[in-house]
Amino acid sequence: MPKKYHIDTRPTPPRFTPIGKSGVMDWRTGCLRCKRCAKTTCVYGVYNLRTFNSRQLADSIDYYCKNCFRCVQSCPVGLITKTINPEYLEMGDTYWTPDIISSTWYQAETGKIPVSGAGYGGPFVGDGFDDMWTDMSEIVRPTRDGIHGREYINTSIDLGRKLPYLSFNAEGKLISEPPSLVEIPLPIIFGELPMGNLNETIYLAIAQAAYRLGTFLVVTPEEFLRPYAQNIIPLLSQEVLNRNLEWVHEAKIIALPHSETIKQSIERIKTARSEAPVLVKLPLTPKAKELVTQLTMEGVDIVHVYADTHGRELESTSPRFIKEMVMEIHLHLVEKHMRDQVTLVASGGIAMAEHVAKIIICGADGVVIDLPLLVALECRLCKDCLQGESCPVEIQDIEPDWGAQRIINLMSAWHGQLLEVLGAMGLREIRRLRGEMGRAMFYQDLEREIFGAIFGEKRGDN
Amino acid sequence: MSTAEKIWPKGWPPEIRETPSRFKRAIGKYWVRRSSLCNDCGICVDLCPYGVHRKIGTKMLLPRDYRCIGFVCQETDHYCINKCPEKALTLIRNPMCDAMGDKRWTADLLISTWYQAETGEVPPGDLEYKVGDSGGGFDKLRFKFELEGERPKEIPDKKEISTSILLNRRNDKRPKVAISVPFYGGGMSFGSVSLTTMLARAKAAMAWNTFTCTGEGGYPEALVPYADYIITQVATGLFGVREETIQRARVVEFKYAQGAKPGLGGHLLGDKVTQAVAKMREAVAGSALFSPFPFHSVYSVEDHKKHVDWIKEVNPHALVAVKVSTPTDVDMVAVGSYYAGAHIIHLDGSYGGTGAAPNIAKKNIAMPIEYAIPKVHRFLIDEGIRDEMVIMASGGIRTAYDIAKAIALGADGAVIGTSELVALECIRCGNCESGRGCPRGIATTDPELTKLMELNWGAQRIINLFNAWHSQLVDILRRLGIQSIKDLVGRTDCLVHLDYM
Repeated sequence: MPKKYHIDTRPTPPRFTPIGKSGVMDWRTGCLRCKRCAKTTCVYGVYNLRTFNSRQLADSIDYYCKNCFRCVQSCPVGLITKTINPEYLEMGDTYWTPDIISSTWYQAETGKIPVSGAGYGGPFVGDGFDDMWTDMSEIVRPTRDGIHGREYINTSIDLGRKLPYLSFNAEGKLISEPPSLVEIPLPIIFGELPMGNLNETIYLAIAQAAYRLGTFLVVTPEEFLRPYAQNIIPLLSQEVLNRNLEWVHEAKIIALPHSETIKQSIERIKTARSEAPVLVKLPLTPKAKELVTQLTMEGVDIVHVYADTHGRELESTSPRFIKEMVMEIHLHLVEKHMRDQVTLVASGGIAMAEHVAKIIICGADGVVIDLPLLVALECRLCKDCLQGESCPVEIQDIEPDWGAQRIINLMSAWHGQLLEVLGAMGLREIRRLRGEMGRAMFYQDLEREIFGAIFGEKRGDN
Repeated sequence: MSTAEKIWPKGWPPEIRETPSRFKRAIGKYWVRRSSLCNDCGICVDLCPYGVHRKIGTKMLLPRDYRCIGFVCQETDHYCINKCPEKALTLIRNPMCDAMGDKRWTADLLISTWYQAETGEVPPGDLEYKVGDSGGGFDKLRFKFELEGERPKEIPDKKEISTSILLNRRNDKRPKVAISVPFYGGGMSFGSVSLTTMLARAKAAMAWNTFTCTGEGGYPEALVPYADYIITQVATGLFGVREETIQRARVVEFKYAQGAKPGLGGHLLGDKVTQAVAKMREAVAGSALFSPFPFHSVYSVEDHKKHVDWIKEVNPHALVAVKVSTPTDVDMVAVGSYYAGAHIIHLDGSYGGTGAAPNIAKKNIAMPIEYAIPKVHRFLIDEGIRDEMVIMASGGIRTAYDIAKAIALGADGAVIGTSELVALECIRCGNCESGRGCPRGIATTDPELTKLMELNWGAQRIINLFNAWHSQLVDILRRLGIQSIKDLVGRTDCLVHLDYM
């Protein structure tokens, strides 16, 4: 059995009071001055914890309140009312919803899996990743009890190229030379941040987290990252490659942006250092399927396909979602008998642990994440920084250790959630989840097979 | 014995008593505000048939506005807002509705369930009490008569409409247990909910001649007087399972999985393992209890049969129910349970559940019950064994209409949970697991919080809710011209799906 992967979590409170969902309003006029006020009976002591931050003009009650309505219902004259905090609803956008942001904060603070009672309250089905369910096992198939530590579920993946077959000479001696593989204990790599008042500190926090978790950060390398060189996948432009090969000699994996001259760049790296796997970063455009196939044939070890931050196809008038595109690329590689020769990692719109599991089911080996790292550092996705305005949570001033721990906590929570999904499916290896579309249920299929058989043709279907 | 007596051995109908909120301020859909212009004339008191306005002596009380039917009242001749000579009254939609509920349990569904639990009747006005807003499944299914308008059909021979179902359809000499309503209560363990909650559910089950279930936390002594109406559960933790608890039960339920956390074990946090809970579960107080997943002795239908045989041996009169979640091959699991000798296959869909579970599991693992029911129903028909099995469906069944739709899709009946808790004034805040537990004293064993709810109040609230449901089910059957709920099973021709029209 491999050494058990363990992530050290530590409660890491936010520096600013997070924006809470709840809005509690209390009025003074009409108060009866009861001996036993509804506020003192708050089960969570919210009214005692409550503070007002005069700098931010924020009341912490919106964060502490757990929406149980007990004070609302217990006040004899109904002086307490509740709303949703409008500031909460304004966070993020249609894809990066307030609930995703707030849940990410919770995980970054506590390292715990989000748990709640009373069933699921969300919509029946949704866009993007929300139109599929994962399978589980009972009676006729064993499950794996990974979360309570009774069985070990491995979440490691390999980065690199695998041989389609091994060759032996007449004496039975192995003559194939297996390419070097780099194993990471989580199917998650960190990527460059698309926004934020970014500085050295923030990247140091991310690099430190990558180092402590045993994974990598794909980034345009800079001198200050040198101490973490073993956990950096340097993204080297043609121009840098021509200038110096320092990072090529130091890094375990080397990344290149896709370009016309990619072949020459790869050759240059392979000449300098034949054993290091090369990752090519490729936009998910309408040409992506062909390009991935071509790159694989040309011997690229790892392809990193990326969509926009909402997981949408790039350079397309009717963009498809990342999950459908990855599915198509995966199945195409399978058809061409070369799926195992390349590692496929995907980024863009990976916002929650469940997205990691789902994109792997759709055919990726792993993911590259960006915005969740920023949200773990308290980012509210207000995008003020893109307008050149100052950051409301002063993200530029974080301590690297604090930031690293928040990211580690988030990854621990995600790891735990992956174990839940894998355990329910009865898998002990996340490698075996890749492309297991038969162990997932898709909305369109279920509708057609079950309701279609009863109600006929669906409106809008042709 | 007349038909009615056979269906209702404990008397018919159970007594309905008005049982208002236990909190000082009940929450309704509308706010009626009275300004200082009011001169206590009392016209509104006489006007309002819903009891919104009340007067003690010469003084008007605060409006009981949660009873107000809202703007639809404008159409009537008792609209207080217009009739008030002083123009002292205003009506608005309760702004707190935006902060309450969710897509599945909308503010309207919560408030209408509270109304039914208070009065035992179908809510008047424009409160939505049939569907939520999830955009799929039950929320997109309608009975044809709902779209065609009000046209109740006559039952030809004027006999009483029956909502009773049989829980044993096998010819195996075991008792033909019947319940008078096509639903029973799902498992909630002692520890996850208070003893008062369990007892309230048991009393309501007795009043309506149906069942409630102990969950997997053992069989508290206080429940023994209701033993004829209690299903006991055997789950992977085997907490508190003894020969006598099995021998006492008319139905024993094997819980292989549950919809809220399909494929995952249970976890009762240390804080909730009080002395009483620990004693019941034969464990140590204060230490967290894990209920593993799966049964480590069951990896095949043959293993499963061995389990069922074991229960049948210990209790020769018990029926065996098998509770499973909804994987891709749920139909195969159901057939396996038939061959193992089970009487009831209980399908628990992925969106329901009451207890605390990881959000990732609740949302993503296993399929919604609306798909699982027709899938299993059809498969059992194809296998030629549908007539011998009872299909009970759960996992997101919130209303009488959900129950009827589940049956029309192919289930024999439904298992409910959250609705009962909502009747007890659960607001679905979802904090069941945090701190000392439920702030409303329902899902907690904290001695102080438990006192927030009184047993008879709780029992009556659930009895009332069941009464409102029963009358809706009877009404649905009457509109369909069907005399017994048994004849509604699989009648998908009565349904339409709004996306397929």
